[in-house]
Amino acid sequence: MTPGAAIEVEGLTKSFAGRVVVDRLSLAVPSGRIMGFLGPNGSGKTTTLRMLCGLLTPDSGRGTCLGLDILTEAQRIKRQVGYMTQRFSLYEDLSIVENLDFIGRVFGLAERRRKVSQALDRLGLTARRRQLAGELSGGWKQRLALAACILHEPRLLLLDEPTAGVDPKARRDFWAQIHGLAADGMTVLVSTHYMDEAERCHLIAYIAYGRLLAKGPVAQVIAEAGLSTFTITAAADKVAELADRLTGLPGVDLVAPFGSALHVGGGDREQLLASLAPYRDNPALVWREDSATLEDAFIHLMGKSSDNFSNGPVS
Amino acid sequence: MISGGRLMAMIIKEFVQVRRDRLTFSMMVGIPLMQLVLFGFAINSDPKHLPTAVVDADHGPFGRALVAAMQASAYFAVTGEVDSEAEADRLLVEDRVQFVVNIPPDFSRRVARGERPALLVEADATDPAAMSGALGTLSLLAETALDHDLGGPLASLKASPPPFELRLHRRYNQEASTQFNIVPGLMGVVLTMTMVIMTSLAVTRERERGTMENLLVMPLRPIEVMLGKIVPYVVMGYVQVAVILAAARLVFGVPIVGSVWLLSLGSALFIAANLAVGFTFSTVAKNQLQAMQMSFFYFLPSILLSGFMFPFRGMPRWAQLLGEALPLTHYLRVVRGIMLKGDGVADIAVEAAAMAAILVVVSVIAMLRYRETLD
Repeated sequence: MTPGAAIEVEGLTKSFAGRVVVDRLSLAVPSGRIMGFLGPNGSGKTTTLRMLCGLLTPDSGRGTCLGLDILTEAQRIKRQVGYMTQRFSLYEDLSIVENLDFIGRVFGLAERRRKVSQALDRLGLTARRRQLAGELSGGWKQRLALAACILHEPRLLLLDEPTAGVDPKARRDFWAQIHGLAADGMTVLVSTHYMDEAERCHLIAYIAYGRLLAKGPVAQVIAEAGLSTFTITAAADKVAELADRLTGLPGVDLVAPFGSALHVGGGDREQLLASLAPYRDNPALVWREDSATLEDAFIHLMGKSSDNFSNGPVS
Repeated sequence: MISGGRLMAMIIKEFVQVRRDRLTFSMMVGIPLMQLVLFGFAINSDPKHLPTAVVDADHGPFGRALVAAMQASAYFAVTGEVDSEAEADRLLVEDRVQFVVNIPPDFSRRVARGERPALLVEADATDPAAMSGALGTLSLLAETALDHDLGGPLASLKASPPPFELRLHRRYNQEASTQFNIVPGLMGVVLTMTMVIMTSLAVTRERERGTMENLLVMPLRPIEVMLGKIVPYVVMGYVQVAVILAAARLVFGVPIVGSVWLLSLGSALFIAANLAVGFTFSTVAKNQLQAMQMSFFYFLPSILLSGFMFPFRGMPRWAQLLGEALPLTHYLRVVRGIMLKGDGVADIAVEAAAMAAILVVVSVIAMLRYRETLD
């Protein structure tokens, strides 16, 4: 075991009905860090998180979570891990405080009342404590879900797309909470689709089609993608036409319109420049070379990896 | 206005959905057929071959002739002669026989003398409907059973009135009140219905609402989940028992001959067995609709094959075996036994053991079906 690794797994594999959803995944998450877990829909993020917390049994592979074997010590892992499900999974017909009391009792918490009121305070839920969970809006539900999974003071948080469908303000508050928890020593593995959220993580891991494609700090992942990118500004009605022409040229790996600008890039700088050359002298276009974004890096990675799901993805 | 196109869109979508839900589909197609066969052949409201004990203190020809005639009528199946009335009584209490025919000493001689002696037939009248056919036949038999033996000089006795007086004693339910049978039985039926439905929805609801995932990720054991889901309904089941018992006593005037405490003990076992059945359904059903359908599928035979609606003894052997596998069958015997006959611990022990056995088997199945992971 690497010293200070909260999660360390090797060769995790899981199939459903003959389809490999997670393929020989190896991952290490250092203690006290926030790792962003990224990847397209159906790439195996949820399945991986479920294997880590004992909800699913891997077909093969091994590993530890907080130093406990994920294959044989799932029950002990459950006591020390907080898992926030993608779909709201608390009782809508119970109030906030009733939900938290239930969880506190299941975990057999000493000083349950104090810990529940602490969690309520921490997430600003105290004023709404008597409201039924089902009546809460998305942002408040998400706070309640977070309160529920940190109530038993876990050492590791597994968050499955916690901010899906939540407004920007609530997302920002949520991330402030996550950083606060990490500062207290909690390790966090959080899956997300939002690039701005990925950039808030200490580390990111990117998976597609069940395979780990990149990992490390954000800057490193971008640098390793080795992309050259340009922003081309054109008349608004010409952008779509230009995009069509550029798409598919050798060396042009990504073409994305942003309003009246077009973002193009590729992994092979020479080829990219050669393909773009005929358009560079067009006076109607304004060229600017910029640095690749994380999103560019991911779309590039995705394009490179082969799709092993001929029947469409599963989550 | 109704648009044909829009209507078709709705109809096609509905068909696709029904076809996709395999359980519902098979329930709608296969089950009615199965039930038709099952209940069509099993149910018989005019049971024959009712077990009958004979106490023959006479050992004379006329007594024997009467017994033979009863046997020949197909309504009575003489299961044996017993020596004393006390023994015959025990057979009635234990539900082993439905009728006891008491042939008094000197019966044959007194018939021959034309004294019209009395002959006592005792019947277990807890279910009056079950024996109406047999009793009708019996009074006919009384007039003709001895005709063959009354030959020669005794031929004059053939004419009516019959050569002996038939006295019928309805035990446990002297007025042959149907309510005495139905009301205690209803207790079992109501408990079956509510207990099975409530628990069958229990786990299914967690799964359907997505709360199962959260439940599984917490350190809860399957047995803790199951007991936790069941205990609240045990309490509710007891409330139902109390309400029905009070109504039985005060509104319908049904006697409670035996011990109320023993009855609550038996009810506990029955409630637990039903909840375990419901919990098992809950682990099988994919959604709440399926859970309801399964409960209903269980409820129907419980009513029809348990002896609640139709006499248990009227059913063919295979249907009786099916009925024995249902907790309600045993509970009905316990409730009717305790309330109407005053059964004690020893009298209900076998039925209680049967319910306990069903409880254990079903609980084991439920535990095996309940998954601690989402695999």
